[in-house]
Amino acid sequence: MDTPAQPAPIASAHHEEPDNRMFGVTILLLSESMLFFVFFAAYVALRLTSPRWLPAGVDGLEVIRPAINTVVLVSSSFVIFFAEKALERNNLTLFRGLLLLTSAMGGYFLLGQAIEWRSLPFGLTTGQFGSTFYLLTGFHGLHVLVGILLQLGVFARSFVAGLYTPEKHFGLSAASLFWHFVDVIWLILFALLYLWQSPAVQG
Amino acid sequence: MVELSDGNLGSNKPHQPPANWRVYFSFSTDHKVIGIQYLVTSFIAYLFAGLFAMVIRGELMTPPSDLVDRSLYNGLFTMHGTLMIFGWIFPSLVGLSNYFVPLMIGARDMAFPRLNAVSFWMLPPAGLLLMAGFFVPGGAAQAGWWSYPPVSLQNPSGSLINGEAVWIVGVAIYGISSILGAVNFVATIFRLRAPGMTLFRMPIFVWTTLSAQIIQLFGIPSVTAAVVLLFFDLEFGTGFFNPAKGGDPILYQHLFWFYSHPAVYVMILPAFGIVSEVLPVFARKPLFGYKVVAISSIMIAALSFLVWAHHMFASGTPNWMRILFMITSMAIAVPTGIKVFSWTATIWGGKLRLTAAMHFAIGFVAMFLFAGITGVMLASVPVDIHVNNTYFVVGHFHYVVYAGTVSGIYAAIYYWFPKMTGRMLNENWGKIHFWLNFIGLNLLFIPMHQLGLLGMLRRVASYDPQYQPLNVVASIGGFLLGVSTLPFIFNVVISWTRGKRAVANPWRALGLEWTIPSPPPVENFAKIPVVTGMPYGYGLIEPTPAQPTASE
Ligand code: HEM
Ligand SMILES: [Cu+2]
Repeated sequence: MDTPAQPAPIASAHHEEPDNRMFGVTILLLSESMLFFVFFAAYVALRLTSPRWLPAGVDGLEVIRPAINTVVLVSSSFVIFFAEKALERNNLTLFRGLLLLTSAMGGYFLLGQAIEWRSLPFGLTTGQFGSTFYLLTGFHGLHVLVGILLQLGVFARSFVAGLYTPEKHFGLSAASLFWHFVDVIWLILFALLYLWQSPAVQG
Repeated sequence: MVELSDGNLGSNKPHQPPANWRVYFSFSTDHKVIGIQYLVTSFIAYLFAGLFAMVIRGELMTPPSDLVDRSLYNGLFTMHGTLMIFGWIFPSLVGLSNYFVPLMIGARDMAFPRLNAVSFWMLPPAGLLLMAGFFVPGGAAQAGWWSYPPVSLQNPSGSLINGEAVWIVGVAIYGISSILGAVNFVATIFRLRAPGMTLFRMPIFVWTTLSAQIIQLFGIPSVTAAVVLLFFDLEFGTGFFNPAKGGDPILYQHLFWFYSHPAVYVMILPAFGIVSEVLPVFARKPLFGYKVVAISSIMIAALSFLVWAHHMFASGTPNWMRILFMITSMAIAVPTGIKVFSWTATIWGGKLRLTAAMHFAIGFVAMFLFAGITGVMLASVPVDIHVNNTYFVVGHFHYVVYAGTVSGIYAAIYYWFPKMTGRMLNENWGKIHFWLNFIGLNLLFIPMHQLGLLGMLRRVASYDPQYQPLNVVASIGGFLLGVSTLPFIFNVVISWTRGKRAVANPWRALGLEWTIPSPPPVENFAKIPVVTGMPYGYGLIEPTPAQPTASE
């Protein structure tokens, strides 16, 4: 057995170092992915055991427009990636422009979803199909909204001198990680809700 | 036995408390203040939940339902269970971890001090919200702490603001607070360990906190998802779980238990850790099999996610699933048995100092053994089918949470009180507390097992007269348990204000937390220590005197 703890002089650690915060954000997102995972599992379970999945008069969801929406959302993930790269090369103008472009693309996605919601012939309480559809898309849409607000927050704060530098930009990294996360979740959601349709048209 | 002494370690000068009481009402970011805020707040929830338990036991003194009406009875046991779990057990363990994990790993604070304060300040509103349930139309939630649909979807008052809805919001706030706390703990333990504090030099309490918090991180989303869907069904008429709308109530049970089984390890793992700290100090022996004990904590956390359906053996679960979950459930007995074996081997042949903390720790081991055995019984499908929904289950889980976790919490408070307050707790009052508690809880919970085997159902206010004698014994035990809290409160209040001053290391322990003054100064360590060894070298090395700190 070794000897007991022996305090000795060394430099002290700092709190809330940027890498600690990124570590924290990452595990928070791991926890969030469990939440989505559980919703997905519930979706699959309900769908597979439900005797009648689609409400009467509904024979599925339109795929083309959501697919365009998907392309926009996925591309926006690349845009924010380049925004981060621009900041690292100290090109503040490009960084701000790309960041605004990302939030605009997110806004386009939300708008597209709102239009889709309005045109659908079923509601939240129209059986399980409606319940799960609005729950999943609504909950994800809420995350898109939060992501946009985070980006606008970063955009506003980037005008405070010294807050975002090529080396130090935790807020941007966190917003961007969150955005990638929201994107990946959407891809799974899109596959589950829109692509996995045909065999479920029963009853 | 070695006599207790508190002045034989050289430069151990008593230290003045750094803060006055007002700081505990402020938005402090010091993990030690937050730890005590958690402990005191959760104790208040404990008193309320205990008060409800007294009313429940009063009702069960006689066979008919005569003391409270039935819907109030349902509200009382639901709130009792909910407050005990979300208001007392979780937050009090988090309080202890908050206070001691940074000290034990040689950190100045948690990784995110402000987030830490935010996590704490979500608790008082959540607790008040739960209590407010009694005053909304239709009264408090009545579906039990597990809130199974379709019972939980009944909403007799028809009002949008009803007991069940308030319950869901309260529980969800507790959940969010716990997730933020878990992020903080995991980051702190991975990122802020002092130089030399390798994973396998971490005290077992740190290991068990880490395991428990990882469960929180991955488990709570599941129960949150479940109650969010429940909320939609209840308030907006969706059909996730409502069979009348084609929903699947069993799905709720899966989502609920996927978290709530692991949750019992969130409650018991830190208590394991506490006992692993206390036994070596007062037996003056190294913890037997340190590494295996450390690894078994992580194993328990991982396995705990694979057993949830043992709560659903009687819910129409298919047979292949029952057998699978019976096997995984029994497998958890292995890492758990390793721990019990290690504690026994640690005490074996040791020079025992029977302090109050040691009383509670040894009591824990003995009673936990019993709880473990009834647990394995319940994991076996035929037994579970027989005693499902009876008082046998109630007896079993109270053995786990009360004889187990609550004993662990008391052991921790007797052990660490000098460090937290700079004052010694009175040992004699402590022992009186222990014996009242020990006798009370066995009188209360052992008859419950027998009642269950005889077939008495849980969650009923009236019962067949044949069950009365055992119920009277249990109720007397329950009241004794209520009374046992009084010497504890008295002791804490008196000792905190005018107890004997504590030195830095009154128990001659080896952990890092004992190398700094009692109570610790604001940033804990004047200089971050460099760790060169294990925390459990009792009998092999002598403790070094407390190291010089900023205040000296
Ligand atoms: C003073 C000590 C206690 C007494 C007298 C007591 C008594 C009881 C009684 C009589 C019930 C009702 C059982 C039923 O009808 O199903 C109950 C339920 C319960 N108790 Fe306790 N208990 C005590 C402490 C605790 C503690 C420390 C916990 C910690 C977690 C706890 C957790 C629960 C839970 C979860 C339930 C289930 C509630 C439900 O069915 O929804 N109890 N208790
Ligand atoms: Cu279980």
